[in-house]
Amino acid sequence: MTNEQLNSGNPRVDIEYRRKKNAEEMRHQVISFALMIFLTLIAFVAVAYEEFSGWFVVPFILLLAGVQVIFQLFYFMHMSHKGHEAPKLFMYAGMVVAFVTILCYTTIIWW
Amino acid sequence: MSTIAQKKGFGATLWDYLTTVDHKKIAHLYLIAGGFFFLVGGLEALFIRIQLLKPNNDFVSAGFFNEILTMHGTTMIFLAAMPLVFAFMNAIMPLQIGARDVAFPFLNALGFWLFLFGGIFLNLSWFMGGAPDAGWTSYASLSITSEGHGIDFYALGLQIAGLGTLIGGINFLVTIINMRAPGMTYMRMPMFTWTTFIVSALILFAFPPLTVGLFLMTFDRMFGANFFDAAMGGNTIIWEHFFWIFGHPEVYILILPAFGIFSEIFAIFSRKRLFGYSSMVFATVLIGFLGFMVWAHHMFTTGLGPIANSIFAVATMAIAVPTGIKIFNWLFTMWGGSIRFTTPMLWAIAFIPSFIMGGVTGVMLGSASQDYQYHDTYFVVAHFHYVIVGGVVFALFAGAHLYWPKMFGTMLNEFLGKITFVLFFVGFHMTFFIQHFLGLWGMPRRVFTYLPGQGFETSNVISSIGAFLMAAGVIVLLVNVVITSVKNEKVGNDPWEDGRTLEWALPSPPPYYNFKQLPLVRGLDAYWLEKMDGKKGMTPAEPIGDIHMPNNSFIPFTISLGLFIAAFGAMFHGDEGNTWGVPVLIFGLLFTLGSMFVRSIKDDHGYHIPKKELLDDKDLGGKA
Amino acid sequence: MHVEEKMTVEKWPASPEKQTLEAKNKFLGFWFFLGGETVLFASLFATYLALKDSVPRSDMYLAKDLFEIPLVFVMTMILLTSSLTSVYAMYHMKNFDFKKMQIWLGITVVLGLCFLGLEIYEFNHYVHEFGHTFTSSAFGSAFYTLVGFHGAHVAFGLLWITTLMIRNSKRGLNLYNAPKFYVASLYWHFIDVVWVFIFTVVYLMGMVG
Repeated sequence: MTNEQLNSGNPRVDIEYRRKKNAEEMRHQVISFALMIFLTLIAFVAVAYEEFSGWFVVPFILLLAGVQVIFQLFYFMHMSHKGHEAPKLFMYAGMVVAFVTILCYTTIIWW
Repeated sequence: MSTIAQKKGFGATLWDYLTTVDHKKIAHLYLIAGGFFFLVGGLEALFIRIQLLKPNNDFVSAGFFNEILTMHGTTMIFLAAMPLVFAFMNAIMPLQIGARDVAFPFLNALGFWLFLFGGIFLNLSWFMGGAPDAGWTSYASLSITSEGHGIDFYALGLQIAGLGTLIGGINFLVTIINMRAPGMTYMRMPMFTWTTFIVSALILFAFPPLTVGLFLMTFDRMFGANFFDAAMGGNTIIWEHFFWIFGHPEVYILILPAFGIFSEIFAIFSRKRLFGYSSMVFATVLIGFLGFMVWAHHMFTTGLGPIANSIFAVATMAIAVPTGIKIFNWLFTMWGGSIRFTTPMLWAIAFIPSFIMGGVTGVMLGSASQDYQYHDTYFVVAHFHYVIVGGVVFALFAGAHLYWPKMFGTMLNEFLGKITFVLFFVGFHMTFFIQHFLGLWGMPRRVFTYLPGQGFETSNVISSIGAFLMAAGVIVLLVNVVITSVKNEKVGNDPWEDGRTLEWALPSPPPYYNFKQLPLVRGLDAYWLEKMDGKKGMTPAEPIGDIHMPNNSFIPFTISLGLFIAAFGAMFHGDEGNTWGVPVLIFGLLFTLGSMFVRSIKDDHGYHIPKKELLDDKDLGGKA
Repeated sequence: MHVEEKMTVEKWPASPEKQTLEAKNKFLGFWFFLGGETVLFASLFATYLALKDSVPRSDMYLAKDLFEIPLVFVMTMILLTSSLTSVYAMYHMKNFDFKKMQIWLGITVVLGLCFLGLEIYEFNHYVHEFGHTFTSSAFGSAFYTLVGFHGAHVAFGLLWITTLMIRNSKRGLNLYNAPKFYVASLYWHFIDVVWVFIFTVVYLMGMVG
């Protein structure tokens, strides 16, 4: 098995480098977490503030949910990283089927 | 662990199969179990045809007829066709991509045992108060009011079996993506592997809606929920949509592997490369995609409205395009080839006109306005038997004859194989061709009898005689299996002599580690390329080394057994005065969870076959 | 590199979750499973949307009467935070810091338990205060099935992560169990993804009416 990360010859330097990279990634994670909390707050406030019409609030909070899920998938679940091509393909395919299913149940079900 | 096969006692063999994680043995299990259910479903079909032999027949009662026709459909689709397709996928696909094993041997075994326990559970209904009787589609308004436990058996049995199928699908997907031999790029994969891949993706996305639908049905019937009860705010159409969102991809799940098997057969017995390989791959992917967009064509008369009906009608007809591409590619593969009329090739050639007939009636039915005329008549029955029998079952027979030597090391008798073919082929067209006309003349499907003087008599007699011819064909096949198994004349690597793909480079049956050295794949039809270069076998891609193998395990059996037990608890807990239902339900679920827990905490690293042992058994082959 | 090999910081690879073939398979297979789960939950959402507020009598409570912002908000914050803590656990896993990973996983489990406790309280509240039960209406059936399926996923995730933590507490990280931890954390994030849609579609949209 190849150890592609041991390429500088000096393992210590590599570890330092990786630590730094991991720490930086973790900082990004915390930022995306903060954004997610922020989006959630907006969604709750938009609903709590009863002046807005439902025609505005519903699409708006759905959009916020969509953005938040993108954060989860791409940052928390690392889908933005290399080596996630097949997971991406299958998640997108699942989302297409999911979308069609929900579309059907909100349009052509007898009411 | 010795590799030398010793004569084992019955007990040891049984234990070996109960605990096996070897994809080739799991394929045997799928073949045996699926074959058994195929015979059961066939017997039910015969009962149907005997009952309809003459007007006002009283061979079976009306209620019993409903049970038979429901179980015939359910058994044939879920317990016969799917497992038999899985048998070939398990037996052949890992060999075709040059893998030593599947990605998840443990889950592969789990998938089989879940299917088997689900199938047994469903069929126990015959002995425990009546089978399901609302048709294989089990539409909610009917199935909710059905008395007794028949529908409960349906919902719980299919739930367990469906879980197994889903697991099997994920296993195949990962196997194909991660376990291909060096040089086996996606566009060098044999067609059967490609169809396995697409089918597994369809399973992954089609089974969850069925799971949910079955859960809703279970909750409604056994736990007091109201999903389908209009009086409580429920909506019966929810079931219908879930069933067909699953059900339509399901028919592609069945037919695509059939296309894969036929693609292999046409190439082998025309001694030609498959014509238009890349367009075949493209057509398969396209069929898989479109398969999810057309489910409501089963529901044209439900009243979805003209817009929805039009969209689904257009999408349905679009599927004829990729299917047509495939048909022409098969014809062009044969064109100018040096054709050998072996048994598998006969099935393949017969498949083309038979399947086209089913396809053409499919386009007719796909036209929404016309569908109002055909709906619920024998025309529909004729259509789907033409695609499923003329497509899938033909492929299963063809595949059985083609891959029998690879799975069991001996050839089925060609003469008897051809007799099977003739009997079944003639019987099939006799049974179902006339049913198109019965439908057009107005005979409704699923009726247990009809009156004299409506012009249905002669046609029904013809249809029933055809059914018996098909049964005779199957019996000849069984005789063939027994005879060849008793004779057991061993054959070499490439018994058809024109094998093109990697599985024919291996001994028949292959050693349990498949490839001693992983092969180097230099193009499509890897083995054929080497043969044309005058080589005897594949060029190895690695030196001989230790081979890592998974350990056998009994846990897949116990996980499935737990769900089997739990299903009884769920089913009977609502009966009057029942006290053991809930405890049994909880016990069964804990049994399953406990088995999973044991699996989780017990490390299982597998074992290694040492290099020395591999060098020693020269004659076991496995040299790539 | 052998899976059971005792690891050190120096030897620990950059992607421990994908070092061996078994790990790569597990990683991919689990993602595919999540693809299937996406469709499973979509089906449940679809059922819920079709049956929302579908009750047999006009005096029964509807979504807008049932849900209250504070409780859902607290539950959401707890679950979102538990997603971050499991990211922290994976961060320490990649740095080969077993102890810290266990601590963060422990926090994740505690947050998950809090969430589950609140959900049980919530269901209990609906049943006793509003007579909104699994069997009272199609709306009730759909609501409890969707939210309950999610709750069952949380419960299973808790059992799973706890089992992994206890099983490996003595032996630390190696290439055999690193992928197990990684996959469990993927599962936990997915539960969070589903919850994002539940709080939006079920609760917030329910309150909008």
